[in-house]
Amino acid sequence: MFLGRVVGCVWATAKNPSFEGLRFLLVQPLTPELKKTGKRLICTDSTGAGAGELVYWVRGREASMPFLPREVPADATIVGIVDEVQVKRPC
Amino acid sequence: MLIGRVIGELVATQKHASHEGRKVLIVQPLNLDGSDRGDAVLALDAVDAGIGDRILLATDGWAASNAVGRPQSPIDMAVIGFIDEVDVIPGVS
Repeated sequence: MFLGRVVGCVWATAKNPSFEGLRFLLVQPLTPELKKTGKRLICTDSTGAGAGELVYWVRGREASMPFLPREVPADATIVGIVDEVQVKRPC
Repeated sequence: MLIGRVIGELVATQKHASHEGRKVLIVQPLNLDGSDRGDAVLALDAVDAGIGDRILLATDGWAASNAVGRPQSPIDMAVIGFIDEVDVIPGVS
């Protein structure tokens, strides 16, 4: 899983029918120190996350699991809203 | 699988039901010389690891979700063991 922040929303009217009712959110991946890392990507949402929220997301086959038994062709999905990040790197 | 170090923990109240009751650990993957290998990732805990532990990290969904005991759930990384020692055979690689 990876840390990220919701930085936008993607609207698609014509899409695979199994995506019906789901939201596409634009996510900026972050390091645990909350610095930007890598490029933004589009995630489906299984938690009701909103703009600006700190979230974590899964990638790959497992991204479709929250929507079972519906088979959704998603490859990245937000699975949690982050309240707090505790980091302690070795010196 | 990768070698990594647990460098933190994440608190999330609202998350997928399959993640309830498991720690979400922040893991920094490591090279064999102990230096950082890319960015830190998040993994569910399957062995009761804590901050500072050097661990084995499964980075595939099937492996990770089964290790946590929750197959068919949105889990793509898990901490699946503690590393005691790594021996690199000299002159082979």
